[in-house]
Amino acid sequence: MMQLTAWDRVQLARHQARPHTLDYITELLEEPRELHGDRLFRDDPAIVAAIGRFGTRSVIVLGHQKGASTTENVARNFGMPRPEGYRKAIRILHLAEKFGLPVITFIDTPAADPGLESEERGQAWAISSCLQAFLRAQVPTLAVVIGEGGSGGALALAVCDRLLMLENAIFAVASPEACAAILWRDAARAPEAAETMRITAQELHRFGIADEVIPEPAPAHLDASGTIRRVGQALERHLEELLQLWHEHGPAHARQLRWARYRAIGLWHEDPVT
Amino acid sequence: MRPRFRRRNVASKGTESLGPSIPDGLWSKCPRCRELIYTREFERNHYVCPRCGYHARLTARQRIALTVDPESFVEWDAGLSPADPLRFVALGEPYPRKVAEAQERSGEREALVTGAATILGVPVGLAVAEFGFLGASMGSVFGEKFARAAERAAAEDRAFIVFASSGGARMHEGVFSLFQLPKTIVAVESLSERRLPFITVLVDPCYGGVTASFATVADLILAEPGAMIGFAGPRVIEQVTRQKLPAGFQSAEFLLQHGMIDAIVPRPRLREELAHYIRLLTNQRSTSPVSFVTRQESDR
Repeated sequence: MMQLTAWDRVQLARHQARPHTLDYITELLEEPRELHGDRLFRDDPAIVAAIGRFGTRSVIVLGHQKGASTTENVARNFGMPRPEGYRKAIRILHLAEKFGLPVITFIDTPAADPGLESEERGQAWAISSCLQAFLRAQVPTLAVVIGEGGSGGALALAVCDRLLMLENAIFAVASPEACAAILWRDAARAPEAAETMRITAQELHRFGIADEVIPEPAPAHLDASGTIRRVGQALERHLEELLQLWHEHGPAHARQLRWARYRAIGLWHEDPVT
Repeated sequence: MRPRFRRRNVASKGTESLGPSIPDGLWSKCPRCRELIYTREFERNHYVCPRCGYHARLTARQRIALTVDPESFVEWDAGLSPADPLRFVALGEPYPRKVAEAQERSGEREALVTGAATILGVPVGLAVAEFGFLGASMGSVFGEKFARAAERAAAEDRAFIVFASSGGARMHEGVFSLFQLPKTIVAVESLSERRLPFITVLVDPCYGGVTASFATVADLILAEPGAMIGFAGPRVIEQVTRQKLPAGFQSAEFLLQHGMIDAIVPRPRLREELAHYIRLLTNQRSTSPVSFVTRQESDR
């Protein structure tokens, strides 16, 4: 296959015909039921939650939901969660903990919603609480970046025991457009920024942040069912490993391993103490 | 990042902040109401404008000096400095050169200063953001120093006090910057496990990943009057949504009203209040003679 640039990957990751979270839920779960609402304010259509059978067990699924059309995208706020979305995720996570169900998350958002009302309702507070809830989760957790992993809004559902990425998925601290606007003072230089920012699945794997890159022999928008199947297989394999690890070590130690993983990320220089 | 927040940054240069017409920094000008203030008086008032109450921005070192007991501060992890994990170059400028400039300008090696101190005799661990260092963006060193400080405070049985300020992510460290969010949240678990107070003071400006991580999972969240605090910056919100933002949007007062923070504390009261909160949380007899809440109410 020909070599794709980072900017190519950005386009693929954002492709509207790419399978989205509900497609994975429909295809991979038996008898799924969608669960709604944060019990506080309202239901956020940009984050979906479901319970269903995955293989031989019940699981909880949480994910960002983009639309497959412009109309649906508007209804879904382009997959940009508002605080109630993250609060829904926290509520469902506690449900998973009560029943000891593993949690699978699908990451696919440009960003958390940057609107006035979201700020009023504490977007930053919702994200930090969601991060904390995932880090503290008393059940195995497994995330797959299926498209766009945009900044803190994506991260809030991604801090799991394992992080997988589709071959054409990206994970970035800011959109290449925003980065280009700030550091190159020109949003049109986004392709250059995308390259410089090192946001591809391959690079996140190289950094040790992503555990595995799930291949897309054909880009996901051209082979939805094949992509979903491969994601399902990877999830099954990792879930088996995780369940065994949780069983062997117990929840307290398994959680320590998760904490150690996130505690260790970063690179710096250190001079000897003078 | 920095350009969004470039205005009103007078006190970071301390007493040499005024133009050539006023010799020796004898006078300072309030960045908000333009009042001329005798610099000594400005200092004595913790860089709060005596006329309009504006809380000028401080450097991390000024902040520490105003908050902790004299001579009590011992710095931690001063040897950490940024690496260049992405080999990042923008507009021909490599990240390490950008860092060197920021170090030169701010006198700090990174955007977070940490250490041990006492506040009115109460032992604390301290982490203070330096906005003058690349807009206190949270890179690997910021995250690592924060994490070490939280863990060390826990190990040494100290409350952990954090002055949080940030313009957003350290773009130059890309996804490593993003993953400092969970790192800082994991680190403060050490304080929870030992039931030690973790208090954040949000100071102007506080945005992005810092607000969306450790700053808002604290036991108590305080803010300085007038501080601008949020997730997305006002310019981004206006650009994306084309919404006109109401006056006072994202101010500390706005957040208090919306239930996001515990209290707003004027800077000259902060030392006493921090010590008081720590004593209350840890069930120690407080030596603070006057209740702050009562005083505020009687002022009305």
